[in-house]
Amino acid sequence: MGGEAKETVIQLRGVVNRLGGRTIHDHVDLDVYRGEVLGVVGGSGAGKSVLLRSIVGLRRPQAGSIEVFGEDVLSLGEAALRLLQVRWGILFQDGALFSSQTVAENIQVPLREYTAMSQSLMNEIAAMKLSMVGLPEDTAHKHPSELSGGMRKRAGLARALALDPELVFLDEPTSGLDPISATQFDNLVRDLQKSLNLTVFMVTHDLDTLKATADRIAVLVNGRLTVGTIDSLRQDKDPWIQEYFSGPRGRAALSS
Amino acid sequence: MVITDGFTSTEPSPSLEISRGARALRLVAGGSWIARQAAMIDPQLRAIDVRGMSEAQIDGSAIGELDSTGGWLLVRTKLTFEAAGLRVTLFQVPERYMALLALIEAEHVVPPIEVEERDTLKAFLERIGLATHNALIQAVGILSYVGRVTLEWLESIYHPRGNLRVTALVHQIEEVGINALPIVGLLIFLIGVVLAYLGITQLKRFGAEVLTVDILGAGLLREVGVLITAIVIAGRSGSAFTAQIGTMKVNEELDAMQTIGLNLVDVLILPRVVGLVIALPFLTLYADVMGLIGGATMCYFDLGMTIPAFMRELHQAVSVNTFVVGLIKAPVFAYVIGMVGCYEGMNVERNAGSVGKLTTRSVVESIFLVIVLDAGFAILFSFLGI
Repeated sequence: MGGEAKETVIQLRGVVNRLGGRTIHDHVDLDVYRGEVLGVVGGSGAGKSVLLRSIVGLRRPQAGSIEVFGEDVLSLGEAALRLLQVRWGILFQDGALFSSQTVAENIQVPLREYTAMSQSLMNEIAAMKLSMVGLPEDTAHKHPSELSGGMRKRAGLARALALDPELVFLDEPTSGLDPISATQFDNLVRDLQKSLNLTVFMVTHDLDTLKATADRIAVLVNGRLTVGTIDSLRQDKDPWIQEYFSGPRGRAALSS
Repeated sequence: MVITDGFTSTEPSPSLEISRGARALRLVAGGSWIARQAAMIDPQLRAIDVRGMSEAQIDGSAIGELDSTGGWLLVRTKLTFEAAGLRVTLFQVPERYMALLALIEAEHVVPPIEVEERDTLKAFLERIGLATHNALIQAVGILSYVGRVTLEWLESIYHPRGNLRVTALVHQIEEVGINALPIVGLLIFLIGVVLAYLGITQLKRFGAEVLTVDILGAGLLREVGVLITAIVIAGRSGSAFTAQIGTMKVNEELDAMQTIGLNLVDVLILPRVVGLVIALPFLTLYADVMGLIGGATMCYFDLGMTIPAFMRELHQAVSVNTFVVGLIKAPVFAYVIGMVGCYEGMNVERNAGSVGKLTTRSVVESIFLVIVLDAGFAILFSFLGI
């Protein structure tokens, strides 16, 4: 990336979301640049996942504009949105694997939908993606119900990466994982982000994950976003942000 | 670094040139080696003939765009060459893709084989055998389940532990009984109308249209009333039992109940089954009345038969016996519907698809059993001469 001007991948301007009469996003602005890992944090129910769902077009905000790769997500037609969707991958909280299909078939869903590959090539690609996310080969034939939570997340990531997207959304990638698996997942995200040159939009609660992977952090408090690095956010005056980064857990995670 | 934009560029296609020397093979790759274009080059790469070759060069330095699928194609080709005993002297891609290629090469694995033949005779026989086996297992499972729960609640009658939860029971009676009144009433009213119409048109030919009331009385009270009610309730409440209990199982609520020390039969099954056993006879009674009203309405409009005349005819046509024979079946049907619904709910596995599958199965099974039992009753009553 070096000296080049930073290319904006996601651009939010004045996004307003209301849920049941409560304003959860009050004119939110955000820029995500190519090749960075942006961590989004905030209290439970602060609207982190709603923000993610708005960006990928699962939810229509009440006001504001959302551009991804320079395209206005909110005004795109079906076909144009489809083209855009190929360029991003999403890992949902619990993997959201299709329960009626094996892991290999899950990974092949986007390949089957968007390419003309032969079955044998798709099998090879599925095997490669599985090993990329660190799952053993025999996982390919298993159904999601036979996998542990951590394995489901990895398999979900493999599916999200099936078409080599430029942008990856991760929703709570390490929640529910033991610390060792969580650390491995952090490293996995970082490694893949570097070697595949991904832009990552990550919703998380996990301070260790933030420290290990995020280049910048966006904090969602009272419907507003504050963006910065860990160091700059620690200087922020907002009581929630202070509590988050300087509370006992925050100190423990950041001092290590 | 060139950032290709998938929207403005008309995606450049991949290129592959294969040149053969005396003993050396040279591959020159260029263009876009990406997932969406992979189908264009994959067959070519698979078809490369390496016989008589001892050396290979793979030059990908002209590649404009490479993703992990394209990378895999290159790595696979290299691995195939090496496996065939060739020496790969050159393996090159643009600098910016080296990290990607390293990742793929470090991770390469044997692909999983998973495409299986599905349309052979053997597979067909296998499916038949498997389905038969499953049906038998299922029958034994339901039977042993019904036996177990029956024992458990007979025991609770002999040694009352106060394990019938009255609040839950009343709630279930409301849910399966009172809330079903509109749909059951409407359906059976319409069926009464249809039966009466059928009787009138057929019996008119013999000038015996008055006997329509006999058909209505015997048919509705003895068979149709209870059968239609049971089938509606199987679809409405049996399925709800399976879905409710199944969803609770998916959410680990059943496990939580057990660890708190709640008896699942007491908490979930008894209120539902007992509630249904209490509610269905009343529903049947109500259905009989609504069906007769439907029939009477038709008779009034078609035959000009007044309500008192209808009542007189009915009084002559049916005895209390006819009515009791119909009603006595209701609790039995209710027991079967409730049991099957709860049993299938307990069988749900921890995935979303399972709830839907077992709900369907529960409805099909309970309707099937209700009709089989009804036939059984008919045979029994004819033996007893009722």
